[in-house]
Amino acid sequence: MRGHIWMSLRLLTVAAGASLLLQGPLQAQQDWNVPGATNAQLKAPPTGAAPRRDLTGIWDAGGAGIGGSGQADEREKARAPFTPLGEEMYRQNKPGNGPRMAAVAEINDPLSTIGDPSGFPRLLTFELRPFQVVHTPNQVLMLYMFEKRWRVIWTDGRPLPKEPDPRWYGYSVGRWEDDTTFVVETVGLDDRTWVDNSGYPHSTSLRVVERYQRISQNTLELTVTIDDPLVYTKPWMARNKLPLKLLPAGTDLMEMIPSASEAQAYTRTISSQTK
Amino acid sequence: MKATFSGLILVLALSGPAAAPAAAHHGAASFDTTMEVTLKGTVTEWTWFNPHCFLKFDVKAEDGTVKSWAVEAGNPTDMTKRGWSRNSFKKGDEVSVTLQPVKTGAPVGRIRSVMLADGREFK
Repeated sequence: MRGHIWMSLRLLTVAAGASLLLQGPLQAQQDWNVPGATNAQLKAPPTGAAPRRDLTGIWDAGGAGIGGSGQADEREKARAPFTPLGEEMYRQNKPGNGPRMAAVAEINDPLSTIGDPSGFPRLLTFELRPFQVVHTPNQVLMLYMFEKRWRVIWTDGRPLPKEPDPRWYGYSVGRWEDDTTFVVETVGLDDRTWVDNSGYPHSTSLRVVERYQRISQNTLELTVTIDDPLVYTKPWMARNKLPLKLLPAGTDLMEMIPSASEAQAYTRTISSQTK
Repeated sequence: MKATFSGLILVLALSGPAAAPAAAHHGAASFDTTMEVTLKGTVTEWTWFNPHCFLKFDVKAEDGTVKSWAVEAGNPTDMTKRGWSRNSFKKGDEVSVTLQPVKTGAPVGRIRSVMLADGREFK
């Protein structure tokens, strides 16, 4: 019995060693607390064949995914006209970026001023920092550097819930449209969150469709469609084939958590002094 | 035009499109982006926070009065990409800070660059 245990341990050790050897080229790329892709990584052309039905890895869109500048102009052009309700909701929001950019002290962004969650889909439009995709037998998990959040996308064939209780990050189901295109639908979204940093509002009727198209081994394209008939007169694309690059598997990402206490410190020290 | 403040080194410049360390969570509406001011002072606090890091420093005027400034940078993630860190500055460091002040005249602004006494510069 004891010999059997030692044999098992030896086999485990051998297996672990073989696994490390297989990952050999990655060893040199192991690092801690990485803020994201380098310019060289972001500029790498699409190379290698896309694997079949697999998004595994750590992906980064670089500056195009981030902040007020993260394709904000493109989003403004793409945005559908507001409904009267949407217009009124938009008027209430005082964003830090976009066409209605407010002075720092006037901003009422629930994320940056009081530490509310970014929520969904803003996580894809404002601070789409690096994120990791993990496949399980019945889910695709997306683990985001920003806020250190995760999303569960069910792939077990379940339908979306009817009249769901709203959640910050909603309810998501996904399916493979073909071998390289993964489509996610999300509903049940809390209307306290914004669509993006320009203060675009949404209602709890919002339905978001994400299309992840893996065009090569190292490149993924993300398209995000906003469909909220209470707020917008037609569906529109908040992201249009945003390119994401695959980071080395040994990349350890920074924490980037917009905590309430840090938001308060910023308000106290800087923004309250700008009035 | 060259503005002059007592005890301060002033540099007037039109701010170009060069990337500023502070940009992420809000735009420039509160800041005078037409002016860059360079101030020499002593660090009292360097805070490595989201959504913006900020540097506090005291500037001593010729008449001996001290004005305390607070200036923001970007968030820790973006500043890391620029080579800044939690340990870039410590209390007591002598610094030369180039900044865009807020329009209200308060001693608040956003950092364009910081030079330490040993010549290291953070942009």
